[in-house]
Amino acid sequence: MIRNFLIGLVLASFVYIFYNLYVSYEPKTELTGIAAHYAEQGAKEVGAANLVTAVVVTYRGFDTMGEVTILFLTASIIGFFLKLNKKDEKKVIIHKGTSELLVTSAQLLVPIIFLFGVYVFINGHLTPGGGFQGGAIIASGIALLIMANPNKEINHHAILWIESISGIMFVIIGLLGIALAGGFLDNRFISLGTFGDLFSAGAIPLIYSFIGLKVGAEISNILNKYQKSQKES
Amino acid sequence: MEYLNLGKISLLIGFILIIIGFWGILSQKNIIKIIVSFTILDTGINILIVSLGYIKGRTAPIIDASVPQLADHNVLNSIVDPVPQALVLTAIVIGFGVTALLLAYAMKLFKAKRTLEINQFNDLKW
Repeated sequence: MIRNFLIGLVLASFVYIFYNLYVSYEPKTELTGIAAHYAEQGAKEVGAANLVTAVVVTYRGFDTMGEVTILFLTASIIGFFLKLNKKDEKKVIIHKGTSELLVTSAQLLVPIIFLFGVYVFINGHLTPGGGFQGGAIIASGIALLIMANPNKEINHHAILWIESISGIMFVIIGLLGIALAGGFLDNRFISLGTFGDLFSAGAIPLIYSFIGLKVGAEISNILNKYQKSQKES
Repeated sequence: MEYLNLGKISLLIGFILIIIGFWGILSQKNIIKIIVSFTILDTGINILIVSLGYIKGRTAPIIDASVPQLADHNVLNSIVDPVPQALVLTAIVIGFGVTALLLAYAMKLFKAKRTLEINQFNDLKW
């Protein structure tokens, strides 16, 4: 009883705060400050048609590196938590069998899903999407594979190598930005090219491809850990 | 309908999702349901942040031929704020990491006691 009362009290205070915020909210009518600068100069300075990508990869590139680091940290902690001993590694997952429909459609769809993921992160500077989204799409292909065959062996070493190499390449491209252009993760050491082309916006397609590969490998790694933790007798 | 434009509607949806998320976290007993409530709370906050950058009658911050431009790809008067969208991209990834960790903890807890009822985990209660 007192528990429900306290929960109600907390929620009512949230409703009160949010009601006041909602009533006093006035929609913006024009861009101000840093956003105005991005809208005015972003295309000229960075060369990316997708201004969100310009902000994420170049203007706030350091944030993105922290983000990728946090994902790596998550994958490591999950690996630490769900570690199996030698004896459990040999066990298999007992399941009631997967449906024919799922198995066949996985064979058909997984290559297409991978291709779509690669498309999304290579076109990150032109269309909605980018490295994180493309990586998540690739990992959803891995999830489909695991669902179609719960005992599927995912190549752990390949995932680890892809992840490490793309992480190192991301940092190296950032350092090249210091050496050849204005600062860390500056994309202008490769020519900006024609605005709106696939090979434009300097190093952004490269950086986002490496981010996409890294995110895809990390999420696949997490899925693989979850899959292995289900092994029993 | 003047008072209920798209920005206000998404703001309202964000607030409602945040309150539903807090209600779930506080009142549910099953750990999986608590984790789902966390993701609802996440989504609500993300919708809220995106709706703060909304400007009436403008388009997404992706410059192509259909976006009205002043000169030389200057789109000051035709796009919404790109900064909250970039922040939300970060927030979604962090939310994913938190959810994945929570699920790993839930798995570990289930292995320890073969139950997911939060009331059974009273080892640290005093």
